[in-house]
Amino acid sequence: MASTVIGLRCKDGVVLAVEKLVLSKLLVAGSNKKIYHVDKHAGIATAGLAPDGRMVVNRACEESAQYKRFYGELIPGHVLCDRVASYVHMFNLYWAFRPYGATTLLATYDKNGPALHMIDPSGTAYRYFGAAVGKGRQLARNEIEKLKLSEMTCREAVVEAAKILHRVHDDEAKPFEIEMSWVCDESGKTHERVPAELLAAACTAAKASLDEDDMDE
Amino acid sequence: MIPAPQRHSKALGPGVCGPELLIPTSAVLERPPAPKPQQPTAGGHAFMVDPHAVPDANASADPTRQHTKYPYVTGTSVLAIKYKDGVLIAADTLGAYGSTKRYKSTPRVVKVNNSTVLGAGGEISDFQHIQTLLDELATDDFRTDDGHTLAPAEIYSYLTRVLYNRRNKMNPLWNSLVIGGVQPDGKAFLGCVTMVGTHYTDSHVATGFASQLARPLFRSRQRDDMSEEDAMTLMHDALRVCYYRDKQSINKFQVAKATAAGTSVSEPFTLDMKWDYKVFKEPTKFSIGAW
Repeated sequence: MASTVIGLRCKDGVVLAVEKLVLSKLLVAGSNKKIYHVDKHAGIATAGLAPDGRMVVNRACEESAQYKRFYGELIPGHVLCDRVASYVHMFNLYWAFRPYGATTLLATYDKNGPALHMIDPSGTAYRYFGAAVGKGRQLARNEIEKLKLSEMTCREAVVEAAKILHRVHDDEAKPFEIEMSWVCDESGKTHERVPAELLAAACTAAKASLDEDDMDE
Repeated sequence: MIPAPQRHSKALGPGVCGPELLIPTSAVLERPPAPKPQQPTAGGHAFMVDPHAVPDANASADPTRQHTKYPYVTGTSVLAIKYKDGVLIAADTLGAYGSTKRYKSTPRVVKVNNSTVLGAGGEISDFQHIQTLLDELATDDFRTDDGHTLAPAEIYSYLTRVLYNRRNKMNPLWNSLVIGGVQPDGKAFLGCVTMVGTHYTDSHVATGFASQLARPLFRSRQRDDMSEEDAMTLMHDALRVCYYRDKQSINKFQVAKATAAGTSVSEPFTLDMKWDYKVFKEPTKFSIGAW
């Protein structure tokens, strides 16, 4: 549950990255995914209560499928964001429901280009260049503000995201996993998990840069 | 004594005989009609079923909804063979409107996913609907993201069930489908599903006219271990025969190939045909007639 989720919208796509604390040595590595595919061109990363996040993702999948059935096209990012936000907001209106305890970062790539939206449990939704949610969000937001995202490609952003997550996690000695996905020109405008070698390379680069920083200090 | 029918006021209780109350109660006002010679006492009361509440009861009950009776824009034959590396499925690209060769670029062979290709003859709109259904299945696979995608045999079973259930509702999808691909264990798969849900698998499959014209060629020349070149030659020969003899076909074909490496559909191509037979060139020369 306690984990940080960041999203970076670059010039050619969007990168989502999740830092997952490994709660037990008995967990199978790579299980308990926090990034979900909604459709070919859209993905969601959730922070907060995992089951609540999954309910929101299911709703997003249904909205996307219904839009495609009706209009014959993939649902645009801002329309999907609007539908999810309205849905989440509904749970703030009626006494019988509790609000969803999950914030979702929605990454899409449609004919208007790449977009990153964040929907929080109140139903507030904005479009971002860079967003961070979860435990280390303050530190992450400071780090993201230093980046020039509009000039970066997704390849470079993957490395930057790994660096930020390593820095955010730095204080604790607990093991953690990084899960990343992207939707960009390189992935054929399809939302897919970042290829394993690229992710591994990014993590080693991130660890190396952290060690450098430590040595500098 | 013949018991005469009595009018019992229900307010007095069941089976009690007595005068009607001055002010009629609801039991009196809403009582069922008294028996008349034309209306029987026995049986249920007459009632009307709202036809809109029972949509499938009677086709004429809701004239705005109809069951498929005839196909309108149709595709002809689909030919398919297994060969050494996998499966080939071929069809022309014609959507005929009765006898008119109306749409000359309708793709009748499509890729479903990386292991399966699908070819269809019959009503083109129903085929497009089937493509939408399969697209939704493929998106579901993509969303699950567990490394498994639908195998050809699974898509074949799914389509059989869809077509059979539509047939049971007397509203068929008017298609003959050919599903081909390579199973996860590497074996080639080729199956055919008809519009009523009859399904079978075989080493070579042909629907429509091709089942009369191309099947003999397949039977004599197709082998499960034939090379791709031989398979393509056989397919071209079979397509040629179908074009020569089927009036609702055009000389523009597409061949889909499914191998362990993946699936692809070729660009439309033309085959050379031989029409310069003497009898065609001078048709009247050899005919008996006045001129």
